[in-house]
Amino acid sequence: MIRVVLPAHLRTLAKVDGEVKLEVQGLPTQRSVLDALEACYPMLCGTLRDHVTKQRRPFVRFFACEEDLSHESPDALLPDAVANGTEPCLGVGAIAGG
Amino acid sequence: MSKVRVLVGTRKGAFVLTSDGKRERWDISGPHFSGFELYHVKGSPADPNRLYASQCSGWFGQLIQRSNDGGETWEPVGNKFVYDGVPGTHQWYDGTPHPWEFKRVWHLEPSLTDPDTVYAGIEDAAIFRSTDGGQTWGELPGLRGHGSGPRWQPGAGGMCLHTILLDPSNPQRMYIAISAAGAFRTDDDGKTWRPINQGLKSQYIPDPNAEVGHCVHRIAMHRSRPNVLFMQKHWDVMRSDNAGELWQEVSGNLPTDFGFVIDVHAHEPDTIYVVPIKSDEHHYPLDGKLRVYRSRTGGNEWEALTKGLPQSDCYVNVLRDAMAVDSLDKCGVYFGTTGGQVYASADAGDNWTPIVRDLPGVLSVEVQTLP
Repeated sequence: MIRVVLPAHLRTLAKVDGEVKLEVQGLPTQRSVLDALEACYPMLCGTLRDHVTKQRRPFVRFFACEEDLSHESPDALLPDAVANGTEPCLGVGAIAGG
Repeated sequence: MSKVRVLVGTRKGAFVLTSDGKRERWDISGPHFSGFELYHVKGSPADPNRLYASQCSGWFGQLIQRSNDGGETWEPVGNKFVYDGVPGTHQWYDGTPHPWEFKRVWHLEPSLTDPDTVYAGIEDAAIFRSTDGGQTWGELPGLRGHGSGPRWQPGAGGMCLHTILLDPSNPQRMYIAISAAGAFRTDDDGKTWRPINQGLKSQYIPDPNAEVGHCVHRIAMHRSRPNVLFMQKHWDVMRSDNAGELWQEVSGNLPTDFGFVIDVHAHEPDTIYVVPIKSDEHHYPLDGKLRVYRSRTGGNEWEALTKGLPQSDCYVNVLRDAMAVDSLDKCGVYFGTTGGQVYASADAGDNWTPIVRDLPGVLSVEVQTLP
């Protein structure tokens, strides 16, 4: 079971409270977690990553285990603590602006 | 008694204002989609309870929301806007080719006859259509495929397709406008398009017959006379009596003819409204006086409407999608400002009152007249 924490606006959009729990086949990566997230919550398609290129939106960041994973390959394995459900994967709206 | 529903898109959410036909007391609901920019909210003429809203954010991109109960509840629908084929390039500010990139939906125009059909005007400029209530979207590629596409260039606000007018007498005909490419018309339901910019004069374009490149801010028509169009260009208020084949200036005695909005009285096809703005360098009303100007002669002769509007120290703007009319008798006129006020006149502009004062900056105002 993978735990995902969404930004507040996307929790509202997806009509969820608190963390989202996802079943992901195999060892989890950013791509497989986002695939599972979008399959469960199709209204989130296009909000975290581009519909077509699947690239992370510029002002969205991914964190886990106190590490910024935003620039990792989408196919890199997520930390063991995320894979075994000890730690959540966080999607965060980047702090930007003046 | 009839009711009026005013749909307001702002920088930080959408608001729905409702009143009975007297238009004296208003109930305000919102913010809907709090924290998001709502570029446009509009109802279907075929089913007034069917609303569409363009919701976007710099963080999470574009969303489209749909309501089936007049804005009480909403559901997200499709937000995938992918250009048809290889997108190609348009002209960037420095004159170099720049790839077409989807940024946001500026305008949603529901079909006059089918609640599930809706058009979207987007930045970078293109027109999309959905025939399934907004679940899926497809481009009408003939517009961008017009030979002039590579020469289109963004205005300061981006290269946005911001105006879509559907001809109520001819379902094959539509008009659109793009900043800063100009106005275009289709006569075959969006398959092919051609520029309709003859007669427009723009100081920064050396060729007086330039096919494209004009910064059209807004076009309006009266549904009883769809061949007559009124335009607020960057500078100049214009009129065409032949479906855009040729335009003539009707700025007349306006104190300044820069502005964004233009609209037509619901029952008088020659009564039109603009809000003159000092200049493109200032983007606020002349002399700090917020004045709507009305022409009852289809242009050229204008009168200032000031009763109830601030006549000193007012430095707001009125953006291009932020004026609308109801169809009651007398005609109601509404507009929203970047200062968050929505002003209404229940007597065709003679007297104004703010129906809400402190919203986020207003991006769009639409009005529905309900039975």
